Amino acid sequence: MSRAETQTPVEDLVVVPIRHYGLWIGTAITLVLFYIVAKALATNPAFDWPTVGKYLFHPSIMRGLGQTLLLTVIIMTLSVIIGAIVAIMRLSPSKILNAFAGAYVWFFRGAPALIQLIFWFNLSLVVREISLTLPFLGTLFSLRTNDFMTPFVAAVIALSLHEAGYMAEIVRAGIKSVPGGQAEAAGSLGMNRRLVLRRITLPQAMRFIVPPTGNETINLLKTTSLVTIIAVDDLLYAAQSIYARTFETIPLLIVVAFWYLFVVTILSIGQHYIEQYYGRSDQQQGVSKRRLMQRVFGIGRMARPA
Amino acid sequence: MNSKAINQVRFGVPDDSMVFARGVRKSFGTLEVLKSIDIDVPKASVACIIGPSGSGKSTFLRCINHLEEVNGGVLLVDGEFVGYDLRDGKLYEVKDSLLCRRRADIGMVFQSFNLFSHMTALENLIEAPMMVKGLSRREATEKAHVLLERVGLGGKADNYPRQLSGGQQQRVAIARALAMNPKVLLFDEPTSALDPELVGEVLQVMRDLAESGMTMVVVTHEIGFAREVGDQLIFMDQGVVVERGTPREMIANPQSPRTQEFLSRVL
Repeated sequence: MSRAETQTPVEDLVVVPIRHYGLWIGTAITLVLFYIVAKALATNPAFDWPTVGKYLFHPSIMRGLGQTLLLTVIIMTLSVIIGAIVAIMRLSPSKILNAFAGAYVWFFRGAPALIQLIFWFNLSLVVREISLTLPFLGTLFSLRTNDFMTPFVAAVIALSLHEAGYMAEIVRAGIKSVPGGQAEAAGSLGMNRRLVLRRITLPQAMRFIVPPTGNETINLLKTTSLVTIIAVDDLLYAAQSIYARTFETIPLLIVVAFWYLFVVTILSIGQHYIEQYYGRSDQQQGVSKRRLMQRVFGIGRMARPA
Repeated sequence: MNSKAINQVRFGVPDDSMVFARGVRKSFGTLEVLKSIDIDVPKASVACIIGPSGSGKSTFLRCINHLEEVNGGVLLVDGEFVGYDLRDGKLYEVKDSLLCRRRADIGMVFQSFNLFSHMTALENLIEAPMMVKGLSRREATEKAHVLLERVGLGGKADNYPRQLSGGQQQRVAIARALAMNPKVLLFDEPTSALDPELVGEVLQVMRDLAESGMTMVVVTHEIGFAREVGDQLIFMDQGVVVERGTPREMIANPQSPRTQEFLSRVL
């Protein structure tokens, strides 16, 4: 008889997982809570699901959603540009530029978005008209503030400046996260400052800039609902206009929440691919799909013993 | 007379000089790191600088390509100031574009490699030739492949730096410096960050370079390399050049007590 037959092969050993009682209790409580909420959603007539269905694709809701998306895209684009400029000023050797950038972030990030929104909407109380007058050429143009400061323009200006305060800090942190040796090596190859920033520092900073920027975009999408207060016809405003007539408040709020969640989900997926693009120099195979699931649904954190 | 000829007459620069330093001083705040350094590196020669840490040898190297500004003295590369122009007895700081053009002729290899981590080995090599020298992508790529082959990494063109070992990264870094056709190559402790078994492959590349006639200034702790490859050995301590000579003689028979003490510790 050979030795191999007398011994239990190693592969046959059974692993008995440790019992996580706390986990079981937590799971049980969660399931009970889930049942209560689900039951309320299904049976409480106030939720009025047929009405939700009726308004989900209502033309004015669709128009409001379009307006919200448009605001988000315009404001985010502007705030990335302004934020990058402020961040570069913040890192400049000039004390004045540095201090100006610091003050910018301090003020526009510090003052509440709602207050800035109302301020810009009421700019005409501070400045009656804006004109450009040059010597010899005379007045080139002159605009009454009230004529161009529509609710939409006020919303774009106010939220762009506010959001740029956050973006400036994100970009600055991203640039500072790139080791100094990278810029030194580029400099020793004869690359000038602008080239170093564009080709070496910023692309590497992107890896650190993209994830928080994704969060900011999601945050901004929801923050744009503040513009309702100055009567920009965004998603929430559209819903409000309807329930002000019909008093179907809760179903319409559900419609609004649905669309916000829908767009946030799409944005999360997009963010994942952008992150993957900028992180391609340190990619490992096989993890990407699981990370996508994690990002979108928040699952996969509880690892099973392999 | 061009600036090179003016400098040559004014400072007595030898004809074959690549790096010429007279009385170079450098301070960080109140700390004087370089106290009147005189060094000559002739063309097609290899100068090795050794010394304890904090002796100022890396700082001197960084002054050569103007990564650090000197506070005094004359430091010329191929007969010209790197960061200045001499006019009417004054040194005028040059524009960024001119500084970059001059730096492009001075290659540098760093202790921590500093490969661009978002680019493949090949992209690291073609970046500056394309962006600074205006080579076409095709030209730059062809040249890059030749250089990668030369440092023994022909098959690693598409690898990102973090997929390469330390020794491979440093060889890519050397190839990247060579891609700019520099007049002189500066090495700042090129093997200090490497595992012992990876040091040899980098030193071999440097040895081949020296044989091909490249002018090199090497700050190193590899005394064996200095003895074998160096045309001159410079021992620095506390911001001054303590002793210099041919490597063999100096290592076998150091004159200064400080050199003796240092060599006895590293040999």
